[in-house]
Amino acid sequence: MSNMAANKDDALLSVTDLRKHFAVKGGVLSRVVDKVHAVDGVSFDIAAGETLGLVGESGCGKSTTGRCILRLIEPSSGGIWFKGADVTKMDATALRSLRRDMQIIFQDPYASLNPRLTVGAIVGEALTIHNLVKSRRAHEERVVQLLETVGLQADHMRRFPHEFSGGQRQRIGIARALAVEPKLIVCDEPVSALDVSIQAQVINLLEDLQEQFGLTYLFIAHDLSVVEHISTRIAVMYLGRVVEIAPARDLYDTPLHPYSEALLSAVPIPDPTVKRQRIMLQGDVPNPINPPSGCHFHTRCPIAKPDCATRVPELRESRPGHWVSCHYRG
Amino acid sequence: MAGLTPASLTADAPAPAVAAPRKNRPTSPWQEAWRRFRRHRLAVASGVVLLLLIAAVTLGPFIWPVAINEIDFAAKLQGPSWAHPLGTDDLGQDLLARLIYGGRISLAVGLAAMVVAVVVGVVVGALAGMSAGWVDAALMWLTDLFLALPLLPLLLLLMYLFRDHFKRMFGVEGGAFILIVVVIGGLRWMQVARLVRAQFLSLREKEFVEAARALGASKLRLVVGHILPNALGPVIVAGTIDVAAAIIAESTLSFLGLGFPSDIPTWGSVLRDAKDYLDIAPHWALFPGAAIFLAVITINFMGDGLRDALDPRRVL
Amino acid sequence: MAEPLLDIRGLKTWFKTDDGMVRAVDGVSLSIDRGETLGVVGESGCGKTVTARSVLKLIDMPPGRFEAGQILWQGRDLIPLDETEMNKIRAREIAIIFQEPMTSLNPVYTVGDQIAEVIELHQKLSRKQAMVGAADMLKLVNIPNPERRVHDYPHQFSGGMRQRVMIAMALSCQPKLLIADEPTTALDVTIQAQILELMQEMKERFGMAIMLITHAMGVVAETTQRVVVMYAGKVVEEAPVGALFGDPRHPYTQGLIRSIPRVDRSAGRQARLESIPGTVPSLLNPPPGCRFAARCRYVMPACTQAIPPLKEVAPGHKVACIL
Repeated sequence: MSNMAANKDDALLSVTDLRKHFAVKGGVLSRVVDKVHAVDGVSFDIAAGETLGLVGESGCGKSTTGRCILRLIEPSSGGIWFKGADVTKMDATALRSLRRDMQIIFQDPYASLNPRLTVGAIVGEALTIHNLVKSRRAHEERVVQLLETVGLQADHMRRFPHEFSGGQRQRIGIARALAVEPKLIVCDEPVSALDVSIQAQVINLLEDLQEQFGLTYLFIAHDLSVVEHISTRIAVMYLGRVVEIAPARDLYDTPLHPYSEALLSAVPIPDPTVKRQRIMLQGDVPNPINPPSGCHFHTRCPIAKPDCATRVPELRESRPGHWVSCHYRG
Repeated sequence: MAGLTPASLTADAPAPAVAAPRKNRPTSPWQEAWRRFRRHRLAVASGVVLLLLIAAVTLGPFIWPVAINEIDFAAKLQGPSWAHPLGTDDLGQDLLARLIYGGRISLAVGLAAMVVAVVVGVVVGALAGMSAGWVDAALMWLTDLFLALPLLPLLLLLMYLFRDHFKRMFGVEGGAFILIVVVIGGLRWMQVARLVRAQFLSLREKEFVEAARALGASKLRLVVGHILPNALGPVIVAGTIDVAAAIIAESTLSFLGLGFPSDIPTWGSVLRDAKDYLDIAPHWALFPGAAIFLAVITINFMGDGLRDALDPRRVL
Repeated sequence: MAEPLLDIRGLKTWFKTDDGMVRAVDGVSLSIDRGETLGVVGESGCGKTVTARSVLKLIDMPPGRFEAGQILWQGRDLIPLDETEMNKIRAREIAIIFQEPMTSLNPVYTVGDQIAEVIELHQKLSRKQAMVGAADMLKLVNIPNPERRVHDYPHQFSGGMRQRVMIAMALSCQPKLLIADEPTTALDVTIQAQILELMQEMKERFGMAIMLITHAMGVVAETTQRVVVMYAGKVVEEAPVGALFGDPRHPYTQGLIRSIPRVDRSAGRQARLESIPGTVPSLLNPPPGCRFAARCRYVMPACTQAIPPLKEVAPGHKVACIL
């Protein structure tokens, strides 16, 4: 199932049948009464230098997937292969060196920076942890360099996070991630909390940095227009599963899965002259504690047939590079 | 990636991409808290009064070098006068000197007991907050157990049981001091432990802690560098209140005769000695009572000010 | 021309803080006609929410205060009214729904109770009749099994369903104006589409006017007829929706529209997004002159001298820019 990148050898990261179940405790003795199937068998590859967009609505498991890849959350089962090594089996030492290759940028620019530390300390922490610089002077020079890379100034070093706006804070978070010179950055909704005009600044910065340092991104977001703009390929998630993976333009031009189609048609277009046929989905996303049987989407699917409730669709290659998991499409 | 150069930000940014922050000098969250504290007038006034009180008991003996046990039956039970600004007791001992000396003990006990309570509380709370599962459960069970104990009877019992033992080990005064501090502090750490645990549980889920984990920070680094500094606000507030509570507890013990030996004056023991003479020498009870009241109320007001200044919602 | 339903004239709502006066709304004029949907767009801190809350006088005073201006509701100024008189207008004539549907519902009462309370208060009905009315309202906003769900508590509803409940509550007294403050920001796109459609449906049914406050240009383009763009406490542009998107005049509006990536255009990642440099200025002692000057690509010396007035450049199209 891990042959979805353009070329298997190119894959920097390869996720195979990743699952994460959270225990729901209840009752007097807080026994495990149920399981939330947050990630329910996700597979995808990311080639070096590309940006894979991961989209889906809240609760679809996209953030959990991103955190499992970094082992910030322990996956329940499945494989995460990074440069030929299985991340899920790494011990503390191996994990520590993995941190130099993989980093994460967070959604909330307020919660993601320690309010008690100066910007210099935040950005420079990784340098200390991994002994990346020899002297205090080199440390400071490197911090300044990182700040300037993300469009901040050297004298911002001695300031505290609360003195910065949301967009500036997001830049600080990006500088922190860059400190270890990572290969892969998981961007977890990096612009969702920002104002429109600031979003564009941060997206452009991410694109510049990718070009400059040859970074690979896993770009998690719920805003489809942003994902379409920045991604090479896009994976659409619904209730813990990937329902479609395709090159960005392909997905937008010819979405195959009925969910992708509905999701795309729901995005408001900032142009009053464009009139579109909107596919309105009925109801809400079902509870991931007891996801629907068969195809998870069958309860809301406009083209569902009886057997969708019993048979789980496989993700299969419908066209070169365009994978879909639906019995009746593609 | 050694030769980092600024990304081409200027391509879409004629002005600098980032406007300079508002203020000229950087202010740390602690400085911000201090700025907010200073606006709390009652707390600032209380702080000044408390500082005067502390200065009085520390510097007092140099300014008012009168022995605390100079018996002068000719001058017993006198009201305030130039010779004895706060009057004398039934043995003619100078009350001002005794209150200065007693204040040192009372305030020192309060501070030291607070330190014991905060250290124990932070350690227990941090351990519980960082370790899930049975360690957390066991520590919280222990905390609840201590909370369920009837404090005053236990305090009296412990003092009664261990007083002689400590006296032999650390001397009369030192033994009593250590015992009182350990017993009061050891029975007051639970609130702090609960607070710290709750703070830890919420802070460890914060994204900045996750970011530090993603950078490869060790558990110790997470706790010391990221979680604890952000959990300290409420602990400082609780610690302040603990000082006041410990002063009251020590006074209560001394009043009941189970604190320091009877020849060592503390605010509580002076009050005890005074209680039989309330109708003939009311000043004798009034001054130690006022001292306890003043110390406790100013500390509590400061606690209020600190609570507003360190409100975690304003920092995070 | 007929008198507008709501006519805000030169409104200034300021907040006194420890650091000084924050001019959250600083001379805003806008009007809404009967049955019209007006979009109010802008980024966080532009004053759009404070403007909306000022209309219903939901601003805490102090620290807030009306420094100047009038809020004419069908010709009558709301600013001098006391709480009792305002309560006759709230819900019955002007209703509001908020961004966060969880915090706007009281968690300890059933949704039926909460809707019925509004109906009872304003329509002088008995509790029993009001409960029937509440179920009818839930049915109207397409909540399945309304008779059963009136007895449910807010936490038993999903985010989208809660927003439907809020709309049901807001509409229960058939107001003439519905103020929707970022009603879909907390919701997923497919749910957002449902709620926007519901609002449209309700508007057609009751003929009320809607003041839609949002930061999402796409939502504005698809649901409103006229748009007011706010920046740093001021209105910078006002235009019919077609003119605003087709021919934006203010540099800020232009920047806003161009900075959004678009799903429908196959620009892909070849094209860089146009971004507006810098950040929103502080509303505490704002700079003199045009507040956008520091971020504006066409800035001229005159821009920092005086605040440019809003002037009409085409019928119904007003811009506050000296260009």
